[in-house]
Amino acid sequence: MKDPVLVKESAVHPKKTSPVESSSTKDLNLVQAVNLGLRQEMQRDDRVIVLGEDVGVNGGVFRVTEGLQKEFGESRVVDTPLAELGIVGASIGLAMYGLRPVAEIQFDGFLPPIFDQIISHAGRMRSRSLGRFTVPMVVRSPHGGLVHAPEHHSESPEAYFAHTPGIKVVIPSNPYDAKGLIVSAIRDPDPVIFFEPKRIYRSVKAPVPQREYTVPIGQAQVVRPGKEVTLIAWGAMVHTCLQAAAYLSEEHVEVEVVDLRTLAPLDLETILESVSRTGRAVIAQEAPRTCSLGSEISALIHERALLKLQAPVVRVTGYDVPTPLYKLEKYYFPDVDRVVRGIRETLKF
Amino acid sequence: MERLEVLDCEGRCDPALKPQLRPDQIREIYRLMVTSRRFDEKAFRLQRQGRLGTYAPISGQEASQVAPPYCLQKSDWMVPTYRSAGAYYTRGVPFKNILIYWGGDARGARVAPDQRDLFPTICIATQIPFAVGLAWGAKLKAQKEKKTSEVVLCYFGDGATSKADFHEGLNFAGVFRLPIIFVCENNQWAISLPRSRQTAAPTFSQRAFSYGMEGIQVDGNDVFAVHRATQAAVERARAGKGPTLVECETYRLGDHTTADDASRYRSAEEVARWQKLDPIVRLKKYMLQERLWSEAEETKLSSEADLVVEAAVEEAEAFAAPNPVSFFDHTFAELPWNVLEQRKALEEYLKEKDSRKDTVILDKEGRFP
Ligand SMILES: Cc1ncc(C[n+]2csc(CCOP(=O)(O)OP(=O)(O)O)c2C)c(N)n1
Ligand SMILES: [Mg+2]
Repeated sequence: MKDPVLVKESAVHPKKTSPVESSSTKDLNLVQAVNLGLRQEMQRDDRVIVLGEDVGVNGGVFRVTEGLQKEFGESRVVDTPLAELGIVGASIGLAMYGLRPVAEIQFDGFLPPIFDQIISHAGRMRSRSLGRFTVPMVVRSPHGGLVHAPEHHSESPEAYFAHTPGIKVVIPSNPYDAKGLIVSAIRDPDPVIFFEPKRIYRSVKAPVPQREYTVPIGQAQVVRPGKEVTLIAWGAMVHTCLQAAAYLSEEHVEVEVVDLRTLAPLDLETILESVSRTGRAVIAQEAPRTCSLGSEISALIHERALLKLQAPVVRVTGYDVPTPLYKLEKYYFPDVDRVVRGIRETLKF
Repeated sequence: MERLEVLDCEGRCDPALKPQLRPDQIREIYRLMVTSRRFDEKAFRLQRQGRLGTYAPISGQEASQVAPPYCLQKSDWMVPTYRSAGAYYTRGVPFKNILIYWGGDARGARVAPDQRDLFPTICIATQIPFAVGLAWGAKLKAQKEKKTSEVVLCYFGDGATSKADFHEGLNFAGVFRLPIIFVCENNQWAISLPRSRQTAAPTFSQRAFSYGMEGIQVDGNDVFAVHRATQAAVERARAGKGPTLVECETYRLGDHTTADDASRYRSAEEVARWQKLDPIVRLKKYMLQERLWSEAEETKLSSEADLVVEAAVEEAEAFAAPNPVSFFDHTFAELPWNVLEQRKALEEYLKEKDSRKDTVILDKEGRFP
């Protein structure tokens, strides 16, 4: 069997770069793409400020904010005390005041302290004040596992946020979307959690236009067309799924891969359109299974497209246990093989 | 704010504050410090050679790593952070465990049943509230049995004092007068952020006053000062006189972790300044002056330290790989259907995968960070 390689990003988004743009297009990785998006929004709008731990001099532990403090100064790129609740609470107030804060939480595993502010305030500021006060804030955080990290550095907490009323959740799977989505998130009038799949921070490079553009929040994208099965994923798992689809196409099974890009609100239309055509759906995620995004998507498909289904929806997920330390993480997170197996299950019907 | 210093950087002792330690105890503390440093240097090299995961070094902080746990009894509790190799070693946790844990295997954090030393806490400051709960339990037990109390030693860094967990935890400890010693290892940095970014107050120890507890700042590179302050705090706690916050002013000589490059945010001159205050060098000077130590003994200790460290590396590297499905086992006392089902599914999947030819399509992994 041949070794499937990481699918080249240019193959994922062939239509995105027109020849006109190519002169002002650079090959960037995801870190550089978010950095460019932040930089351009900060140039365009002086209400945008970046705050968090180690975002200034150090440029973030993943270097996503590299060079921003130098360009925009210490009052717009702010190293804060070590306090996630404080960072997000203060960001809410800054946003209510009229600024456009982009808060960085250093790792997914350090998001829990912010839930109080997210649930009790960010998500309900607009509704409780009947639109008088709003929270146009972005919270950025790395996402997911398989980087050989210590405990709490490999988490997939998207469902907690997607479950919270009033919160939008976004996760790009490639540099083009990363830049377009960070810009949309900053301009969005409501709070957005912006996840960055850390496994592919540097491994995926793709042409990213220098010009200003946005990728709209709330729109999924079919990143590989297919007829037999719809494979739904987000973040780093999109690449695992693309490999699974490439593998199965050698057996003449054509898998359609949908990259959700936004997890709240879900792009129901794209999901249902695809599943109605293929009649089969597999959802792949790193997060634990119970009460996850996969659960929600599966419910939606069963509720709204049951009669179009040829097989029950299959979820390929992390397990309902804390993410193990890194020696065992490869058994925890779904890999290409497990995704292929999940697809085969739906083909049995 | 009270500040305690006993040894100067030439190893001269304040005559009014002679150490309350016997010569053999001083030598033992020195051995613990030297061996911890040796381990630290080895762990760093192992990580660079790809033989260890991310590791948080303690070099420069040996006085505050060794002296506080040295004041404890076996039945006391220690709640460390992730930067705790020296503290663990002082408590009798073998280096082997530390290597296994940072090698990505949870079994490294499992200590002997009679040992009350907790796993490393990685989410900053989150250990403080539950350490307070342990102290509360110890107090209730002491009251019930009409005995002196077990005490809890709770570690954290300067950065940790910025989190709500610190404030809520210390407040509880003050309100309930709990037998706990909070040791803040103020090593001047929280990754790239200087201590001035954590508080506008001149010291961390003064936080104690607002929670109605004793507080003291000590020269954290002076092992006698650290020992004197924590010993007094332990005695107070044991006698039911409540908690203490001990701020140890020290310095992290190395990078934050093996994933960090400290030269991005701090100057070589600053590091050199602190190198002159090295806690090991100071103690050695004192011991030589007091004729508690000789260069011959130093040579012997040095080779013994190497042996301890090398043996730990060998044992850790010979440790059998974990069972792939073991991560399900301790989720609950009794595993519910979903976990059992998932465990079985993974077990069967791995068996089936072994017997198939068309498998193992591994994803590309990322890097930390
Ligand atoms: C809640 C939380 N936020 C952020 C981090 C990332 N992080 C790891 S160590 C560290 C700095 C901690 O500084 P300090 O408390 O002074 O301890 P030190 O590392 O200096 O020993 C940070 C920000 C974390 N582990 N936990
Ligand atoms: Mg520190």
